[in-house]
Amino acid sequence: MYRYDEFDHKLVSERIRQFRRQVRRRLAGELNEDQFKPLRLMNGLYLQLHAYMLRVNVPYGTLSSDQMRKFAHVARTYDRGFGHFTTRQNIQYNWIRLEQAPDIMAELAEVEITSIQSSGNCVRNITSDHYAGRAKDEVADPRIYCELLRQYSVLHPEFSYLPRKFKIAVTGSPKDRAAVAVHDIGLRMHRNGAGEIGFEVLVGGGLGRTPYIGQTIRKWVAERDLLSYVEAILRIYNLHGRRDNIHKARIKIIVNQMGIDKYRELVDEEWERIKDGTLNVPEEELERIRSYFSVPAYEAESDRSVELAAQRATDPGFDRWLKSNVVAHKIPGYAIVNLSLKAPGKAPGDLAADAMDAVADLSDRYSFGQIRVSHRQNLTFVDVKQADLLELWQRLCELELATPNVGSLTDIICCPGLDYCALANARSIPVARDISRHFIDVDELADIGEMTVNISGCMNACGHHHVGHIGILGVDKRGREFFQLTLGGSSDEHASLGDRLGPALAQGDVPRAIQAIVDTYIARRAEGERFLDTYRRVGIAPFKAAVYDTGESRAVA
Amino acid sequence: MPQMIIASRLADGVVVFLAEDRSWTRSIAQGAVVDGAPDSERLLAVAKQHEADCIVTDPYLIDVELNDAVPKPVSIRETIRAFGPTFKTNAQAELER
Repeated sequence: MYRYDEFDHKLVSERIRQFRRQVRRRLAGELNEDQFKPLRLMNGLYLQLHAYMLRVNVPYGTLSSDQMRKFAHVARTYDRGFGHFTTRQNIQYNWIRLEQAPDIMAELAEVEITSIQSSGNCVRNITSDHYAGRAKDEVADPRIYCELLRQYSVLHPEFSYLPRKFKIAVTGSPKDRAAVAVHDIGLRMHRNGAGEIGFEVLVGGGLGRTPYIGQTIRKWVAERDLLSYVEAILRIYNLHGRRDNIHKARIKIIVNQMGIDKYRELVDEEWERIKDGTLNVPEEELERIRSYFSVPAYEAESDRSVELAAQRATDPGFDRWLKSNVVAHKIPGYAIVNLSLKAPGKAPGDLAADAMDAVADLSDRYSFGQIRVSHRQNLTFVDVKQADLLELWQRLCELELATPNVGSLTDIICCPGLDYCALANARSIPVARDISRHFIDVDELADIGEMTVNISGCMNACGHHHVGHIGILGVDKRGREFFQLTLGGSSDEHASLGDRLGPALAQGDVPRAIQAIVDTYIARRAEGERFLDTYRRVGIAPFKAAVYDTGESRAVA
Repeated sequence: MPQMIIASRLADGVVVFLAEDRSWTRSIAQGAVVDGAPDSERLLAVAKQHEADCIVTDPYLIDVELNDAVPKPVSIRETIRAFGPTFKTNAQAELER
């Protein structure tokens, strides 16, 4: 876990005091909304369709059980008894009262959690692989560098008023579970022949109305140079990024307008100037941060695969869950367990306060009191003994957190959409609900295999629709909601943007359209091919035909 | 087209409608309905003054239909604002029970 140092404590308590005064002045009429809005946004407080919304950071998706209990307490005391986990590994509360926001921030600060920089034109929560530190294939724990960047970028005076928001993601594994290619800066960790850690740096990725896959600006940045190189990128962006047009203000626009080579040239020139200055990361500082992420006291456990095989043979439900929701751990006798927040008919990413408390208790009992939030809006226990899996599965079933669908079609990424969001054009949660109820057969889901469905209620793409194997974008056509499908998107290490399938569909037609896409895939897949592989091999035409050439008249727009 | 004034109450952000007596109500059924200028302009001017007085924020006129007992906003967005999310989570459903 990260922990506060004396500076964090001081900064956060000062910030809450300031915000409390700002809220008081707003309510007393000393500040108007135009004056107050940038102040509340700097603290993660939005005004949405029904109330204020507070977005709270979960740094790189790592939480303690006490922090989860505090989330439950906030949900119960100040909100309507639930919270929503987001694609940036954060939590959002939908029904916040402005007058109570400073109290909530003070409560969260008790467990070293803040909402600072969860909004506004600054460096947002640094996100990472939810298996960080435990994945078998990783170079090293990426959260060490996330934390370094967090300390560097929080309340950084030069980068508090960037042209637009700025998102950084880090993966320590070659298998990218953090969607780094669709971030303003994506960092991929590597190790060189001498065993040293370095970073491949991608820049200019992003979704929204103008989506781009990030491009490699530098193949190797040494550990000690990480901060100076990131600073050079940020400084060039701050100087050249457009402030005249909000739709052209992200770094992806400037990188793609001037070209990656020109951007690299400007960054290198700046980097040359600062790289041997004060931003060199001292080894003792890295060592200090590394100690925050030391592995827990694992017990000497033997591999239980034989025992597990016997258990799964007698219980097909347990077997299914192990296959879809549990992955290998780097320590023998342990496993990584994903908790699905995608039970059929539920709003993806939502969790009730009582369930949060139950999850916290289970993490204490089975996973050293640690919980991860994934960018696909699920939770993860990263240190579960294989010997405890059966018991944990039974507990999770009681809580409806054991749906065996992680990585499958109904493990849907979904933004809050028009049910909550002031920016949305269409509802996304009811679409997710319809799909999850249509594909209820867990054996069918297992047969379909790896498939991501991502839904956004508007082109701002909080639901990552461009990079879903199937993407769904809600659009408004003359006051009616329609849904535009894209195929072939991916946010992994071979990231791609989806291709538009055809005219937008009415909500009621979406599940049938997805069924047609699934049927086409199953009919055409070669041995061992995932949906994405088949799509890349056969192209869009057969899927288009399956969805649109049905002879039925469908409401299309 | 009949119209009403919708806004967010400043202190808690909840959706409110301007009523005939210039108070703000959470219930669309109790909000004032006007049909065309100058009544709509008069209503909006009152709302803007209340915005300046820090009672509400972002007040604006919405189109409503009067086919039923309760006015119904024409747009989906304003319907959702008036009546709440169309999707209830388990937590919400339990609370409302």
